[in-house]
Amino acid sequence: MSTVFALEGIVLQRGASRVLDGADLRVEQGERLALVGANGAGKTTLLRALVGLEKPLAGRLVAFGRPAADEADFRPVRRRVGLLFQDPDDQLFCPTVLEDVAFGPLNLGETPQAAFATARATLDRLGLDHLADRITHRLSGGEKRLVALAGLLAMAPEVLLLDEPTNALDDANRARMLELVAGLAATMVIVSHDRLALERLATRAVVLQGGRLEPATIHRHPTGQPTLHIHGLDDDHRHELELAARTGS
Amino acid sequence: MSRDHLASLDPRTRLLGAFALVLAVLSVDGPAAGLLAVAASFALALAAGWRPAALARRLVHVEGIMAALFLVLPFTTPGTALFHLGPLAATSDGLLLAFGLMLRVTASALIVLALLATVEPVRLGQALARLRAPMRLVQLLLLVLRYGALLRAELRRMREAARARGFRGGLSIHALRSFGWLAGMTLVRALERAERVEEGMRLRLWQGALPVAAPGRLGRVDAGFAMGVLAALLAALAGGRS
Repeated sequence: MSTVFALEGIVLQRGASRVLDGADLRVEQGERLALVGANGAGKTTLLRALVGLEKPLAGRLVAFGRPAADEADFRPVRRRVGLLFQDPDDQLFCPTVLEDVAFGPLNLGETPQAAFATARATLDRLGLDHLADRITHRLSGGEKRLVALAGLLAMAPEVLLLDEPTNALDDANRARMLELVAGLAATMVIVSHDRLALERLATRAVVLQGGRLEPATIHRHPTGQPTLHIHGLDDDHRHELELAARTGS
Repeated sequence: MSRDHLASLDPRTRLLGAFALVLAVLSVDGPAAGLLAVAASFALALAAGWRPAALARRLVHVEGIMAALFLVLPFTTPGTALFHLGPLAATSDGLLLAFGLMLRVTASALIVLALLATVEPVRLGQALARLRAPMRLVQLLLLVLRYGALLRAELRRMREAARARGFRGGLSIHALRSFGWLAGMTLVRALERAERVEEGMRLRLWQGALPVAAPGRLGRVDAGFAMGVLAALLAALAGGRS
């Protein structure tokens, strides 16, 4: 198994706050890593750093076996990694869906004809072909998210970085998104607060806390209720005690 | 041509047709020809599905500008004086000139409303790209259409949020300061949005080329319409010569 990303001692400042402060992380090929943490913990910043949108102050980032530090290093990385933004409106800028999905393949050097064929095939594969000729800003929020994902998948990325992929989706679109993502072979890093989605998708979890990454566990306790927990491995199980206290009183 | 026919016109036909028809209208001379042009354009707008009331509302803006012509041209065009206003003489030639201009501008506006305002603006942008208009300008137009709508929606949401908390507007210091914040926040958000869009493009390896989907086929309706436009153009030119 080869390592896709290896981060050592990454320090990253955003404004006045140091969001990453000596973060270490390894992402292995084929795994689906859940990245959890509180609001503002720096999860999105970490994803952005993986594709070179944020420049660390210190530390070492190795992508696909090669150290990556400047824009030139990250260009070949971006060929192989797709980042799904939180707000699909930031990602869909072409007039129609088909054109937006063809944008990536065109940039990969395909001829316009081939790029449109790739776009159509991708939309077909995802069951979104009925949206092909729709105007992007007239799509619903859920459709926009799915089309933004199609725009990434048309580039056949080996790695997907998903920033809150199920956030603000209705039940139908959320189920659609989960089913779609679950069916992909790509290595993934998934940022989400959707614990059920993470339980279904992720093979491993890390928690971002105080600028560092710690291994975490996603599990249920046999409390009769399907309460799902994600926390660091060294945390004590205080929530169990709390729950016991509440149910016991 | 029926309404369905007009609705099925390719955006490229609409653009070229509107351009040719406006040229035809601008080349006619005299009030009679002008009135004829207005009548024909009005008929075209009705055929395109405009209701007269909605059309009138749109035209009010145009005629507002035209009113300025009626105030200025009679006094600045040399010719036979109709009446005097202090040292200024209003001429019938000037009045006639203003009237002729108003008719031509009105007819042009009707043509644009009939052919261009009845189609999704994005489609016109795509049509411009397919007609090999300068790509940078087309991109500018398409991005303005794409993100203009988003910015308007953001501004509207912020105004609604302000109103939901009892904001009334007006001219008090508080209201003016709030408007300033609203405008400032819209600009800040637009700037941040622009940065994120650019990042998204970079992540998808943007190198300057943008996809333009293959155009649909031009059909018999487009051919028929083109013939009609050609006839109108010839008639206008012939009328202008005689």
